[in-house]
Amino acid sequence: MYRYDNYDHQMLADRIAQFRDQTARFLRGELAPAEFLPLRLQNGLYVQRLAPMLRIAIPYGMLSSTQLRKLAYIADHYDKGYGHFTTRQNIQFNWPAIADVPDILAHLAEVEMHAIQTSGNCIRNTTTDQFAGAAANEIEDSRPWCEIIRQWSTFHPEFAFLPRKFKIAVCGTQDDQAATQVHDIGLFIVRNAQGELGFRVLAGGGLGRTPVIGKEIRAFLPWQHLLSYLDAILRVYNREGRRDNKYKARIKILVKETGIEKFQQKVEKEWLALKDGPLTLTEAEFQRCKAFFKDPAYLTLADFSPELEHALNTDVLFAAWHNQNVNAHKKSGYSIVTLCLKATGIAPGDITSEQMRFVADLADRYSFGELRVTHEQNLVLADVARKDLHALWKALKSQDLHAPNLGLLTDIVCCPGGDFCSLANAKSIPIAESIQRRFGDTERLRRIGKLSVNISGCMNACGHHHVGNIGILGVDKKGEEYYQVSLGGSAENVTALGDIVGPSFAQDDIPDVMEKLIGVFEQHRENEERFVDTYRRIGMEPFKEALYGKAD
Amino acid sequence: MARLIKDRTIVDDQWELLREPVDSDALRALNGRNVILPMSSWLELREALPAHQGFVGVWLKNIELPEAIAPWLEQIPLIALDFPVFTDGRAYSSARELRQNLGYGRELRAIGDVLCDQLFYMSRCGFNAFAMRADQNLEAAIRRLDDFKDAYQASVHSPEPLFRRRSCVNG
Ligand code: HEM
Ligand code: SF4
Repeated sequence: MYRYDNYDHQMLADRIAQFRDQTARFLRGELAPAEFLPLRLQNGLYVQRLAPMLRIAIPYGMLSSTQLRKLAYIADHYDKGYGHFTTRQNIQFNWPAIADVPDILAHLAEVEMHAIQTSGNCIRNTTTDQFAGAAANEIEDSRPWCEIIRQWSTFHPEFAFLPRKFKIAVCGTQDDQAATQVHDIGLFIVRNAQGELGFRVLAGGGLGRTPVIGKEIRAFLPWQHLLSYLDAILRVYNREGRRDNKYKARIKILVKETGIEKFQQKVEKEWLALKDGPLTLTEAEFQRCKAFFKDPAYLTLADFSPELEHALNTDVLFAAWHNQNVNAHKKSGYSIVTLCLKATGIAPGDITSEQMRFVADLADRYSFGELRVTHEQNLVLADVARKDLHALWKALKSQDLHAPNLGLLTDIVCCPGGDFCSLANAKSIPIAESIQRRFGDTERLRRIGKLSVNISGCMNACGHHHVGNIGILGVDKKGEEYYQVSLGGSAENVTALGDIVGPSFAQDDIPDVMEKLIGVFEQHRENEERFVDTYRRIGMEPFKEALYGKAD
Repeated sequence: MARLIKDRTIVDDQWELLREPVDSDALRALNGRNVILPMSSWLELREALPAHQGFVGVWLKNIELPEAIAPWLEQIPLIALDFPVFTDGRAYSSARELRQNLGYGRELRAIGDVLCDQLFYMSRCGFNAFAMRADQNLEAAIRRLDDFKDAYQASVHSPEPLFRRRSCVNG
């Protein structure tokens, strides 16, 4: 993974000194709250319902065991012994004191981590596929590109006060796992007819109040021009994005109001002025970044492992987990393992400091000391020898990290909601739990098959409810917490926004609602069809009827 | 006389900033003084400017693009870009455009809600003069120009982004 050199270290040290000074001025009353606000946001610090919240960047989801141990240390010393992985491959702490934040940042810097631009109206953490570099179906490892974008976007002087936040995702695999199409800019790594590397560029995607799927503004951008082209898009957005209304300030609204062709022309015009200038990427820089993501020292192993085969035949629980949570690897004899942080009764994405240390040890032992965080709020050990899978599973089991529900109904993506968030209309964590309790039977879950459930506590959509096969959104109905249900969303290759089924439901009704939806699915399902495919085939009516009775 | 930061030193402001549009009569009345006109007035009075005694600069609102004055940049001794509130970042783009695309080389001044914590980014975008908001401490503000020793991006002072410089140093 990427390692800092003196330049990176110096910049981080300078940043901490700067923020230490700003925080001290704020605490002395020399810096007005409104003036401190964007400064603290760009250092990851929100002020929430109960306490400040610190969001720490995990660039494109890559995490070393050393870093994870440091996060455990921070959880213990500055928080309440746990952290929360988010849908943007970051981690949040819900209880730090403002005055401690500069010290926390100094701790993070020791392990090459930070909270820079994890919030605020700036370019945020770039995200990508959690299987990058290990996936069997990869076109090109996206991580060198993510690192190049990280450096370009970090402390970018022109784009620190954009109309609104700005998120970039990069996809280098055939099956998009990064929700690339619902980002402000989505980059798909592609090769042209000549076999040259470049990007298909989408702009104007996003969730939040007005969910929009990004539109293509360039079918092929040669890689050398990536940064000048990004500069051009951002400049058009910085200039013309709406600043009169916070809810219309994202680039998706600008693209919509300008029209995709006109927007594209504006970008091209800016780009022509920047193209072939100093921002043109060099082969040397590409190779330098690529070298950080070399394959680890894989052993030469056969895919078939007698130990594994034996375990699969004798241990049904292990086999069930293997079936669900283990994915194909590009290297024979290796697998990609996902630890589902979705045990029933635990807020999705939450992890205790003890578990962090435990998982860090497992990463050292079984996966070359590296982990990834997924936008579904899970953790990945990307390079596990197949012969070690059973031992790994037994270890996970001892810490309750062996939930065999990856991609199933109970692998719920969920925002912090009303329990923590001051913007919430309704709680979301208890909803996730009530669904997990109702669908506790693993056999049944597996029969239902792949199904994404996403819950947000308000229309800001931190839980990505628009792209859940079943989306649940907290709404305020005359002061009561209600939930609106939508169907058919997806963040995969065929990205789709869900359709709202109808009037919202009370909290207690949600498990029954889920039961009815699954009932309709089971009744109409053909063969091994996935929920979303059945929905696409039969449409909304049968589901609606089951929920609200026949319309006449 | 108001004070401001220019090229990292505190100096007296030799200019009068005219926030409201002026007509030719009003401009005549200001003869002998260095003035910064709103862009609309500057464009309107452009022909009459050579007759003015004293320098004439121009300031742009956040929604006005440098493109509009591009043909005459050679004759303009000072361009000021306005920050109506410090969170409105449009002028950063205009500054970079003026410096990097249009090659403007004279005084580029930040005016309006100019606060010390933004000085570093402003200077990297090409501003070299800062008419700070009245409550700001100018000595402290100058120190903010050195918040970072280096940066990933190119700037007016170091036209090569770090990746072009770093690969030589680190081999
Ligand atoms: C608890 C503190 C949080 C606050 C105050 C907060 C606030 C917001 C707001 C205001 C938006 C809408 C922005 C817009 O549409 O322009 C948003 C969107 C979003 N947030 Fe959060 N959020 C919080 C936590 C989280 C967490 C925990 C996650 C991940 C689980 C998350 C992930 C996201 C995502 C993915 C979006 C949608 C991005 C898009 O619109 O494209 N946020 N958040
Ligand atoms: S979706 Fe709403 S309730 Fe949930 S974390 Fe985001 S802002 Fe808070």
